Amino acid sequence: MKFYRSHILIGIDDSSLAAGVKEIEALLRSELQKNNLSDEINILETGTLGLFGTGVSMTVFPEQVTYVNLTAADVPEIVSEHFLKGRPVTRLALKAPLKKHYDYNYKNRIVLANSGKINPEDIKDYLAAGGYEAWEKALLIMQPGEVVDEVKASGLRGRGGAGFPTGLKWSFTAPIKAEQKLFVINADEGEPGTFKDRLIMEGDPHKLLEGIMIGSYAVGATKAYIYIRGEYKLCIHRLEIAIKDAYEYGLLGNNIFDSGFDLDIYIKIGAGAYVCGEETALIESMEGNRGNPRSKPPFPGVQGAWQLPTVVNNVETIANVPAIITNGSEWYKGYGPDGCSGTKVFTIMGDVNLPGLCEVDMGTSLRTIIDEFGGGVKEGHQFKAALVGGAAGVFLPIERLDVNMDYNSLRNYAAVLGSGAILVMDERADIVDMLYSVIRFFRHESCGKCSPCANGNEMLYKLISKIRKGKGAPEDLYNMDKVAEAMFHSSFCALGQSLVMPIRSAIEHFKADFLKRIN
Amino acid sequence: MKTLAELRMIREKAQEEMKLRESNYLFKVVVGMGTSGIAMGSREVMKAILEEIAQRGIKNVLVTQTGEKGLSSLEPVVDVIEEGKPTITYGNMDIAKARKMVAEHLVNGKVVNEYVVSTENL
Ligand SMILES: Cc1cc2nc3c(=O)[nH]c(=O)nc-3n(C[C@H](O)[C@H](O)[C@H](O)COP(=O)(O)O)c2cc1C
Ligand code: SF4
Repeated sequence: MKFYRSHILIGIDDSSLAAGVKEIEALLRSELQKNNLSDEINILETGTLGLFGTGVSMTVFPEQVTYVNLTAADVPEIVSEHFLKGRPVTRLALKAPLKKHYDYNYKNRIVLANSGKINPEDIKDYLAAGGYEAWEKALLIMQPGEVVDEVKASGLRGRGGAGFPTGLKWSFTAPIKAEQKLFVINADEGEPGTFKDRLIMEGDPHKLLEGIMIGSYAVGATKAYIYIRGEYKLCIHRLEIAIKDAYEYGLLGNNIFDSGFDLDIYIKIGAGAYVCGEETALIESMEGNRGNPRSKPPFPGVQGAWQLPTVVNNVETIANVPAIITNGSEWYKGYGPDGCSGTKVFTIMGDVNLPGLCEVDMGTSLRTIIDEFGGGVKEGHQFKAALVGGAAGVFLPIERLDVNMDYNSLRNYAAVLGSGAILVMDERADIVDMLYSVIRFFRHESCGKCSPCANGNEMLYKLISKIRKGKGAPEDLYNMDKVAEAMFHSSFCALGQSLVMPIRSAIEHFKADFLKRIN
Repeated sequence: MKTLAELRMIREKAQEEMKLRESNYLFKVVVGMGTSGIAMGSREVMKAILEEIAQRGIKNVLVTQTGEKGLSSLEPVVDVIEEGKPTITYGNMDIAKARKMVAEHLVNGKVVNEYVVSTENL
């Protein structure tokens, strides 16, 4: 298919016909031709543009400039200024953009490149899009160690929250000699406001399977599990179809393509506790036990499920792997900054015009993500705060809007990328209420195994409830900080350890909201 | 169980079939069937499109499904793909809009601008 850099939509209706739209369109075509732009700029006829009394009008995409009341005399100017030199002719343009148009940014997608384009229930669609070429390459051309090295060199880091280098994780398990090793996909996706893994699995399930195949081969695992939350019915359904088809096509099973390598993939359905997303609790849950975290070491990569060496990786992490194997680590490093290569999927919610999800280069600024992909802060309102990284994330004030969204840049502000959830709040939001729901969530999800977290959450909940009801005292803020800090130092797992981030950042940047309730 | 040679053949065949399929049809209509789309009524939209196409006896349209593109708040989303042209993505579709889209775009060849949310080379 031809690639046009711009598209012109010309409105054809009674009034534009009367105003001579056909002649102007013909003139536009010949002017574009004259300037050798016909291959770059595409003209499409559309019905009415929804404007009234504007004669001949047209909208240019992607820049969304709408020209109105055009005459033949304007055409050469528009072609030479706008299409040749890239300067829209503001004199002729409508002041406010016609309506909101959206760039899905497919050009820059890796993990969601097929999602929203191919039929996820048809393996042939995936194959036609170059699917399973990476699996072929890894299995038949590369040694397992070479796969590990390639992923290491790519700089891929875990997308499940902690950002641990994936190749490094694999390199711990790969050399271990064991009867059986396991490869586990963490598809629990319990972080509030996160739904990126769901989109990958329901939009392109084979991409995850292909990543699992390559990862399992790399570390020598012959059994793989997808631990998925039970609410994700559509994902489960499509993964089941995909796994069945993969067996039928000989991509899974015994002695795959005569390589001597065997692999089976199973689905394990979780019951939806937040803590079961923590890798050791997930392993307990897989074994059929209560989802309580285990102590580390031993790390799962050495001794995981059923005491077997077990690699645990997030869905998005593994969905990056096929493209890395196909195109190489150098190509992958072309995305994102040094040390944080690749793309990242962000989910944007709250007070924005277009909530949803985007896949952009790692290190894209928070402002760009909100403005370009979230449609900006809700019409007529101002940005107040963003809770970045999920409930276990950080409240960022307006002064931090230009922070680059990657592991290293966020660390400068004691913030984390987490799962990539961004909750935007405008001036109407009250940070005390927000923090209250965060604490309520943690109190509900604490597994109760260790007392700093079990009791600490209870104390925090009492303190924030008191403040919220207007019965707080100034020292309560200090006490909340101290409790959260004690939890950070002494909780058994990251669930209890991470509450200090939302609490500290909320109080630091939005103290006025708290004092309003206290005084 | 298939051999590698067979797999490669299937891949090539799928690629050819896809091209052929597309050349047999003037339009490919792709309805977003992710969780958000379905929750917002994309099954009903798909049904309306199929019904309208059947009622009008249109033969040159292929209707299929896909996952979600990402903009949950614009669901249900429908793509209309025509060889050599940018993909037209319609958003916030409902049954009435779907019928109108069939009549205007698939029959008369005119994009229904009011419903367009994206025009991208997919
Ligand atoms: C309370 C808690 C919840 C977590 N939930 C998830 C989750 O839903 N999905 C996920 O991939 N990782 C989650 N993690 C992180 C995992 O423990 C682990 O780091 C991750 O699955 C490793 O994969 P990665 O290296 O590919 O990111 C959670 C961690 C904690 C402490
Ligand atoms: S920190 Fe909380 S969730 Fe983690 S083990 Fe302790 S009680 Fe359970």
